[in-house]
Amino acid sequence: MRSAALLILAFFLLAAAVPAEEPIVFASKNFTENQLLAEIMAQLVEERTDIPVERRVNLGGTLVVFAALQEGEVDVYPDYTGTGWSIVLKEEERAPGSLQTYLRVAEAYHQNYGITWLPPFGFNNTYAVAVHEDVAERLGLERISDLAAHPELRAGWSIEFMNREDGYPGLAAWYGLDLDVRGMEHGLAYEAIRSGAVDLTDAYSTDGKLAGMPVRILEDDRGFFPPYDCAPLVHTETLERYPELRPLLGELAFTLDDERMQRLNYEVEENGRPFEEVARAFLLEEGLLQEDSAAVEAEALPQAGQGFLAFMAARAPVTVELVGEHLLLTGIAVVLAILFAVPLGIVLTRREALSGPVLAMTGIIQTIPSLALLAFMIPIPGLGLGTRSAVVALFLYALLPILRNTVTGIREVDAAAVEAARGMGLTDSQLLRLVELPLALPTVMAGIRTATVISIGVATLAAFIGAGGLGEPILTGLQLNEPLLILSGAVPAALLALLADFLLGFIDRLLAPRI
Amino acid sequence: MIRFESARKVFDADGSEVVAVAGLDLQVSAGETVCLIGTSGSGKTTVLKMVNRLVEPSGGCVRVNGEDVRGMDLIALRRSVGYVIQGAGLLPHLTVAGNVGLLCRLEGWPAKRTSERVAELLDLVNMPAGEYAERRPSELSGGQQQRVGVARALALDPGIVLMDEPFGALDPITRDALHGEFLRLEEQVKKTILLVTHDMVEAFKLGDRVALLDGGQLVQVGTEEDFRERPANDFVRDFTRAHAGGHA
Repeated sequence: MRSAALLILAFFLLAAAVPAEEPIVFASKNFTENQLLAEIMAQLVEERTDIPVERRVNLGGTLVVFAALQEGEVDVYPDYTGTGWSIVLKEEERAPGSLQTYLRVAEAYHQNYGITWLPPFGFNNTYAVAVHEDVAERLGLERISDLAAHPELRAGWSIEFMNREDGYPGLAAWYGLDLDVRGMEHGLAYEAIRSGAVDLTDAYSTDGKLAGMPVRILEDDRGFFPPYDCAPLVHTETLERYPELRPLLGELAFTLDDERMQRLNYEVEENGRPFEEVARAFLLEEGLLQEDSAAVEAEALPQAGQGFLAFMAARAPVTVELVGEHLLLTGIAVVLAILFAVPLGIVLTRREALSGPVLAMTGIIQTIPSLALLAFMIPIPGLGLGTRSAVVALFLYALLPILRNTVTGIREVDAAAVEAARGMGLTDSQLLRLVELPLALPTVMAGIRTATVISIGVATLAAFIGAGGLGEPILTGLQLNEPLLILSGAVPAALLALLADFLLGFIDRLLAPRI
Repeated sequence: MIRFESARKVFDADGSEVVAVAGLDLQVSAGETVCLIGTSGSGKTTVLKMVNRLVEPSGGCVRVNGEDVRGMDLIALRRSVGYVIQGAGLLPHLTVAGNVGLLCRLEGWPAKRTSERVAELLDLVNMPAGEYAERRPSELSGGQQQRVGVARALALDPGIVLMDEPFGALDPITRDALHGEFLRLEEQVKKTILLVTHDMVEAFKLGDRVALLDGGQLVQVGTEEDFRERPANDFVRDFTRAHAGGHA
């Protein structure tokens, strides 16, 4: 009865998460520049039209956002011609010049994906190779081709750069490089350069962090890197539904050159100013917004020298909200997993032949990397970006511990007790209800505890697909290289896991049969 | 009354057939105690379990009070036949009273009648309810658990009781004490009892008659005197000597 009520509540909450009026959804990938451009576009539309606007920023990588845009899950996001050329269109040949690349990519997206490229912002954020200044000085490195003579150099590439054909694999072939390479989160790579753990990394030419770094940008002397002109990508149906969108976003065309983009990035990453504020300042400066429009509420970011506790105190309202989202995600997923896996586990103890294959299948789900599982959910009709996909992914992760422990718990009930009960004339359902389930309960509860703790951990990745929760500050913190921000998500998530484990342990002791 | 008429049981073991019981003819009359004895693998437990259909007969017929068990409602059959197993098989999460009164509750008896019945049964097995009713099985000795197991089997006052090595897991002193109680109890409640044991002394002591099984075949049925004076063959003579010595 109680579980039925929870289930209804869960669906009700899920339904409530979808607003009635269809807004334009502005999305971004998980790096500063992309998110800042999404914010600039979102504010422009928000202030200059009556169309409702939603933000789904900080999503996990090109393919996640592209899939979401194609499905119409999101409507607008900024992307780069070089990315479209190699990642999405998978062109084998090298990209031609800026204009040619833009035209061909725009044409192909229009034909194949129902996506329109609007006029570009004006800057070309291509890849660059950044070497620690001391190393560059010592070895006399000026050009990328100079690296070929130094295979001992340690490169910390961003994960995407290391895996993209137009990233390191292509670069290595083009210049004949054979460096000591490893992949790492981009924000961490700069830290690693600063501390001397690696000698070089990839950078973007508009990267704000470059300003304060002891690095030298090597010249792309053989012209390997393709053009990465940035432009707004819009789901074509959205442009048809809101005709005012195209001219409005068109006002942003060629407003940002490399230097200006780098400065805006610098404002966010190094000066710690909120995205909303930097975006707004830019729009005001360009005369695209008027002073008197409503002020944008900014989320608290750490101040220089601020302690963790002071920062947490300042962020308390945000954290409470994130904890709520986090609990909602994991709570719904775990409750659904219990409602599904416990009955299934019971069935498996009655159908031994099925139990091997079914347990193996849930085991396989467990081995899919969390982020990949989250990404798989997006194209599934009815799921898409956000809460539902996250809940389904967490649900799938929670299945194995609960299912396995239900099966084990029932199988390990004292065979003599079961035999005696059966011989006394208990029906199958009485045997299950009065003997097997009560005796298996501690094992089943242990499975539920494991599933809950796993889900709370994995749910921090839900932020990658825009489902919110405590992963948001972690993701933003990684992006801005703000340890305090990372901790403001990680510490509550860890505490939540401990607390959940403790509470479930307490419930376990209340419910456990006295033996 | 229990009657086996050419009762057979054939198990399927990896495609090949294993005959556990080969055409058994045996009757346990009302109020009689018959002890089934044999080496392990002789099929004695299988014979017992065919009565309450924990094992379904593959051929022939097993009758309880004249009725073929295969035609009876399974749950009604089992509730009308008491069942006691080695080590008692008490439910560890229920109290002594919970175990003994379980079937009464499932039959929908009012709580008062159930608790009266539980007290009565616990008195019968010399475990006063006041002292033992609220204990857990884990708080009892092996002999006490076994006595609770017997009380539980008698809860619905079945005419027939099946006992599968009920004293098998006990130390010799406790076993001897329980043998005494068994005989007193049997005098008091007058049940039809089929008891499986591998102990010839126990079989002669408790049974009105003894049935010796070997390799799924009934070798001899009779009293202690029959076994000692008129053994059916050398196997019976050797088995009796080896397991019950030369006394009596």
